[in-house]
Amino acid sequence: MNEKILTIKELRAGYGKIEVLRGVNLEVDKGEKIVVIGPSGSGKSTLLKCIPMLVKPWSGEIIFNGKKVINEPSSLKEVRTKIGFVFQQYSLFPHMNLLRNVALPLELSKGLNKKDAENIALSILKRLGLGDLAFKYPLELSGGQQQRAAIARALAIDPILLLLDEPTSALDPELRYEVVEALYDIAKQGRSMIIVTHEIDFAEAAADRVIFIEGGVIIEEGDAREVLEKPKMIRTEKFLRKLKSPIK
Amino acid sequence: MAWRINKILGVGMDLNQFLFNIIPYIAEGIPVTLQLTIFSFTFGLALGIVLAAMRIFAITPISGIARAYIEFFRGTPLLVQLFFIYFGLPSIGIKLDAFTASILAIGLNSAAYQAEILRSAIKGIPEEQFLSAESLGMSTSEMYRFIILPQAIRIATPALVNEFVALVKYTSLASIIGVAELLRKTEYMVAYTFSPEIYLVAAIFYLAICLPSSQISKILEHKYAIPGYKRTLV
Repeated sequence: MNEKILTIKELRAGYGKIEVLRGVNLEVDKGEKIVVIGPSGSGKSTLLKCIPMLVKPWSGEIIFNGKKVINEPSSLKEVRTKIGFVFQQYSLFPHMNLLRNVALPLELSKGLNKKDAENIALSILKRLGLGDLAFKYPLELSGGQQQRAAIARALAIDPILLLLDEPTSALDPELRYEVVEALYDIAKQGRSMIIVTHEIDFAEAAADRVIFIEGGVIIEEGDAREVLEKPKMIRTEKFLRKLKSPIK
Repeated sequence: MAWRINKILGVGMDLNQFLFNIIPYIAEGIPVTLQLTIFSFTFGLALGIVLAAMRIFAITPISGIARAYIEFFRGTPLLVQLFFIYFGLPSIGIKLDAFTASILAIGLNSAAYQAEILRSAIKGIPEEQFLSAESLGMSTSEMYRFIILPQAIRIATPALVNEFVALVKYTSLASIIGVAELLRKTEYMVAYTFSPEIYLVAAIFYLAICLPSSQISKILEHKYAIPGYKRTLV
């Protein structure tokens, strides 16, 4: 049996009185790459944000790396420093250059001194093709470069699980390509990942499993190829058809 | 010099008297005006930080107190507040000299405005910045120290400098309860020479204090601007 890195049971969450997640169950194996798809407002982002408690769930259970996450403030920091999170946009800190953006979390979470943290940060930025831009500030860069830097920051802490919330949806097609390429390289390294994305090419090439969410529940999940090519549910098929050729 | 400038400066005053007696006398009020401004601004900033923190972090009843304070001090005239502190408080045994009462009144009043400047600066930071800091495992204090406050201070600086400049002018109210600041000194000279034109001298002195303050604000804004920030506004 594969080692489970994340177990989510009957997860319910929402905003105010609106229930967004209505009982989600999910298990993630070590090294597994999961792509989450679904229409706007279906609860994809909320699901992702519940894992490191960026959104507080109403009920249910989340076990990450053998530790309970919900209502466990003492383990929250440890959980968060083992999960890398990449947001849709605006996630870099605009008043710090890229090097500081990546190095600061290392200093705070791993207790590294500034010099060591910056050395690690620089090597990760270089790996993502941003070595020359280390001293640039986020707002001086293109959206694609910013998003790659955000991925570098999430990777710097060497997370066990990487969560990416629509990392390409705020970018134009040309810039999307550079981010997808970076994600593909990371996916090959064997790290567990959950990615909310509508990049079907990426899902086909890199995902082990695809999950289709609608109305706060998982409608369909299974092997990536199977779900993408021969979905069992009509709703999934309809959604995928729209995603692949929106005009027809 | 026998050249008389009665028509400009009023009867009975020559240029020598104007340059070497009147102007130096009025200028003695400048340090007092500056002290009033700096002390009340600093007091207002300290209290403003506390009020803003109460409004952002505290539970409803406590944040309600901060809100009521802000509404009260913004909704009543500064002069009324000053009179109450100077003339009203002695009746309950708190007797303050005019200088202290002025700093207290202007500081308490300014705190309400500074609290709102700080609060709106923090509220103006996108939610993703908070989430992003949290997602990296930062504690609330680390998040505010490294991420939120450095950005909020940049947002708040122009408005805080505006407040400082406004306080320079509000300190003139202290003249009414007898503090010998710039306007009070001018009033003495107006009474002494019967030349109300001398108020223009006070106006020029106030301007001379306010203009560099605005310039300093521009320099600070430029120096600490977030690189690339303007591009996003275009």
